[in-house]
Amino acid sequence: MNIYVLVKRTFDTEEKLVISNGQIQEDGAEFIINPYDEYAIEEAITVRDAHGGEVTVITMGGEEAEKQLRTALAMGADKAVLINTEDDVEEMDQFTSAYILAEYLKDKNPDLILAGNVAIDGGSGQVGPRVADLLGINYVTTITDLKIDGTTVTITRDIEGDAEELETSLPLLVTAQQGLNEPRYPSLPGIMKAKKKPLEELELDDLDIEEDDVEAKTETIEIYLPPKKAAGRVLQGDLSAQVTELVGLLRNEAKVI
Amino acid sequence: MAKKVLVLAETREGALRNVSFEAIAAAKQLSGGGEVVAVLLGDAVSDFGQELVNYGADRVVTVEHPHLKHYTSDGYGQAFMAIVEQESPEALVFGHTAVGKDLSPKIASKLQTGLISDVTAIEGEGDDAVFVRPIYSGKAFEKVKNKEGVSFITVRPNNITPLAKEERSGDISSLSVDITNLRTIIKNVVRKSTEGVDLSEAKVIVAGGRGVKSADGFAPLQELANLLGGAVGASRGACDADYVDYSLQIGQTGKVVTPDLYIAAGISGAIQHLAGMSNSKVIVAINKDPEANIFKVADYGIVGDLFEVIPMLTEEFKKVM
Repeated sequence: MNIYVLVKRTFDTEEKLVISNGQIQEDGAEFIINPYDEYAIEEAITVRDAHGGEVTVITMGGEEAEKQLRTALAMGADKAVLINTEDDVEEMDQFTSAYILAEYLKDKNPDLILAGNVAIDGGSGQVGPRVADLLGINYVTTITDLKIDGTTVTITRDIEGDAEELETSLPLLVTAQQGLNEPRYPSLPGIMKAKKKPLEELELDDLDIEEDDVEAKTETIEIYLPPKKAAGRVLQGDLSAQVTELVGLLRNEAKVI
Repeated sequence: MAKKVLVLAETREGALRNVSFEAIAAAKQLSGGGEVVAVLLGDAVSDFGQELVNYGADRVVTVEHPHLKHYTSDGYGQAFMAIVEQESPEALVFGHTAVGKDLSPKIASKLQTGLISDVTAIEGEGDDAVFVRPIYSGKAFEKVKNKEGVSFITVRPNNITPLAKEERSGDISSLSVDITNLRTIIKNVVRKSTEGVDLSEAKVIVAGGRGVKSADGFAPLQELANLLGGAVGASRGACDADYVDYSLQIGQTGKVVTPDLYIAAGISGAIQHLAGMSNSKVIVAINKDPEANIFKVADYGIVGDLFEVIPMLTEEFKKVM
């Protein structure tokens, strides 16, 4: 089976954000594989181990994203592709990303493409479904269970807390929701092996993409931190008096009940 | 320039969703005095048309088809694109719901447009509209605008105020669409969410963390949530410990919520959890540890055992409600 995983390098969830000159400061920050993409990688490896084939992880961005690709290779992916957009694309949005990924994938005949259902930085959740639409294949988002039998695919997906069970077929793109699996940690032999696995680096030229083709459709004009909240009140006195006071405050001061 | 704006309205358990009324209000602002056309898709939905008009839609177009009983991106995609062809809208507004999140990228791809998802506020109107959306799960915000062509947004539930409901008049029409080649067949939907109140739309959330100690420990939280017409949520710790399903998780992984009232019980307040809830309007923290991080974002805090405080709180609310 020909399996591809779309991966994004993101800020570690532990990171506090600092903004200067209107940009989020990346210096000294820790980066990780987007947590939802880790579920996608784990599932891809599991499917390959059960059905055979090859797992290729793809990301876009600069050289530094190589680190996250090596981690995916250490988990067990077979090959990695970095589409280096650093020099060619000034401003990207989800249209841009999906276009580039689809151009790469269009002659690869993927059976299964996996991605995280959302990236924890931009949070749009668009790129997976957009890629599927550009490739003309079906997609299912926020999946929590995946079973493949021949070309028949049985899926459970999370829809706002409820579980939807459905049937579809390959080729298919799915996006991973929490609960799909427990991503493995790279083992030491895995890390050693990953150093020798193929990691291909491409630029837009290699995909015959012109900068104008991928010009962003939207524009970010400002990034800012939410206003700091004033310190709250920790109530005092005996517990039942505190509870009575709290209910009064919620009704009369905050007026939310 | 005045715009024609299409809104995808949604029903859930036999009623229109609140977020659809909020989407109509967003569309009104985006239209800059143009026309707001609400779209309803399903197997039997035309009865809901008038309510959408009463909430401010100028017109309603429905597509009814047996294949639209359950949402699939193929079925809804074909029906919605047929309406787009008929109406030639200049802007689109969906709710940032399970359906909206799944369908909007497909429509944006077909129309080759941008898509600004998870919008929490709109500044300005018409062509000058600027959209505010959280990034890094609410650790920061960005303002985004559409560069050219059709503008397309999804709005996060609970953030945009709907228009007042009043008797209004507007045309309600139906469009017949041939829906074929569905690649996905829905077999079953297992209801797991509590008491029908969806976490992302709940006005009140009572959330528990590791301090709740067990699945049974969530019972008093559920009772309080039920009384307040809210929903139960959880921190990652509580989900990892298997006290509740991952679908209830709030945080940087999990759901990002903005209810009117968020009651955090036995939650320490890790940065990942705060990202998912710190933009709630009012936050109450209940924790045994007076040093717990959650008190830093709470409007009101009680230092105490949640198993004492939550039942007392339930009783106190019963007295006054």
